[in-house]
Amino acid sequence: MDFYSLLIQLLNAVQYGLLLFLVASGLTLIFGIMGIINLAHGSFYMIGAYLAFSLASLTGSLLWAVLLGTVLSVALGLFLEWALFSRFYKRDHLEQVLLTYGLILVFEELRSLLLGNDVHGVAVPAALSASIPLTDTLSYPVYRLFMSGVCLVLAAGLYLVIQRTRVGMMIRAGASNREMVQSLGLNINLVYRLVFALGVALASLAGMIAAPASSVYPGMGTQVLIICFVVVVIGGIGSVWGAMLAALLIGLVDTFGKVFLPSVSGLLVYLLMAVILLWRPEGLVKRT
Amino acid sequence: MNRKRLALALSLLLLAAVPLAGSAYYTELVTKVMILAVFAMSLDLLVGYTGLVSLGHAASYGIGAYTLALVAPRYDPANLWLTLGEAVLAAGLASLVVGIFVVRVKGVYFLMVTLAFAQMFHFVFHDTDFGRGSDGVSISFKPDASIRGFTPFDLGKPVHAYYFVLVVLVLSYGFLRLLLRSPLGHALRGIKSNEHRMQSLGFPVLRYKLASFTIAGALGGLAGYLSAAQFGFVNPELFGWHQSGNVLLMLILGGLGSLTGGVVGAFAFVALQELFQALTIHWQLPFGLAIILLVVFLPGGLASLPARLRPPRPEGPFHV
Repeated sequence: MDFYSLLIQLLNAVQYGLLLFLVASGLTLIFGIMGIINLAHGSFYMIGAYLAFSLASLTGSLLWAVLLGTVLSVALGLFLEWALFSRFYKRDHLEQVLLTYGLILVFEELRSLLLGNDVHGVAVPAALSASIPLTDTLSYPVYRLFMSGVCLVLAAGLYLVIQRTRVGMMIRAGASNREMVQSLGLNINLVYRLVFALGVALASLAGMIAAPASSVYPGMGTQVLIICFVVVVIGGIGSVWGAMLAALLIGLVDTFGKVFLPSVSGLLVYLLMAVILLWRPEGLVKRT
Repeated sequence: MNRKRLALALSLLLLAAVPLAGSAYYTELVTKVMILAVFAMSLDLLVGYTGLVSLGHAASYGIGAYTLALVAPRYDPANLWLTLGEAVLAAGLASLVVGIFVVRVKGVYFLMVTLAFAQMFHFVFHDTDFGRGSDGVSISFKPDASIRGFTPFDLGKPVHAYYFVLVVLVLSYGFLRLLLRSPLGHALRGIKSNEHRMQSLGFPVLRYKLASFTIAGALGGLAGYLSAAQFGFVNPELFGWHQSGNVLLMLILGGLGSLTGGVVGAFAFVALQELFQALTIHWQLPFGLAIILLVVFLPGGLASLPARLRPPRPEGPFHV
């Protein structure tokens, strides 16, 4: 394999890893801070992709679709936290599993009712549809670079918000001791609501920007959820930094597995997880 | 206690009487429910008694079912007793291997890891030649129950199949009851209520968990085998996470940690499914909404309903 093919695969791996990170970071934040195990997190990714598809065909522009879609996702997150999840913070994980399983069925069926079960494509916006030529035969699409860029910007933003702002301080404090934060007079319920909406928005955004690069299809939410669980298990539960590390690792293993060992590539991610489980049952980054 | 036994005996009689009603549809429907009940009971050992919430129990079901499909000769009926044993063994072995990895993790982690491993099996049977591809495999002949020329029953007849599954259900129940009464069962319950204490008392907690995971998997394989024999068809969706989610749902519906809860849950699940499917092809929408409402307003499942409806009994001057 020559240098340029290798470069293309490496870029693909990083792009896939970063996209996984966007979804998994919400999952791990919601679990790490609020103790909610959210099986419906993959549905938010699916919802994002379908929002991009339907809003882009409605408005004619992916940019508008993403902006509108983000607003809608945040609203959905706020609503779900207010109506359902806020009642489940102190309840058993099993009940959270049941709740979110019910949500998946509802979301999937609503999707099927409103938009059908067909596979759709979303056009890459004209400004980003070019490809960068690498050699005479190989080129790399600008849109994929753009995706990686967006993911990196969002990841950096997430880091800054959590580590450097007042809200972030409240989030971190709420993760370690909810009662203490509350008795200090801070509105922890509001913090939780914001974190939940943030998680929903991140997953949905990932779905929206992924839509033009891949197709939009019914089972996409489940698939991404299971891989995100693997990300969280490898990275260490509740750790955003671990999620980043694990997502990139999975991106590399999956992408290069498809190149070098195509027949068993689907297994490699799980085998990676198995190895990590033996080596470090608590994940790469242990939460302090 | 006596009232409970009476209820159990009555339900058993009721179940035994179903084929006498003569409706082929209900006979086959209840056969399906009983297969699911065995499946749910096997998961109860794990979730209700050991405290390990698995979202990958479909893996054992799928392996049990696929064992029959893959070992059965193409133009002859398979030997029931032989293939049944093989299916249980295969599912148990697979669970043992997976268990070595998964019993090391705790809490919600366990749920994620079991889901991921089940997905791995889904991949193996969906995308590789080993499982003969995504379309699945059909089993042309019902397994043959003869022992040295003597044929006690014929699974091709729905009523025979019904009673065979009923006997398997009762035997599975009896087996789990005995197991739970044994020292192993007590240790598992101890692990559920306080793992650290069990560890300090010198119990090899991981080995006990592994035993529980393996036995639950073997029984899950038994249920999967029954389903393959009954429906004559297997496909990779048997490993699907909906399968794992549904069985967990049945268990929670019926109530955890009571064995009969799995049976009640299987009935409730299929009844709800039939009801909503009769209403609309988009039955998952009302079904999902029903689950959400149930878990919001009735934590503890249907099993907690009698206790909730009963007026609180005053217990001395300080009742809470």
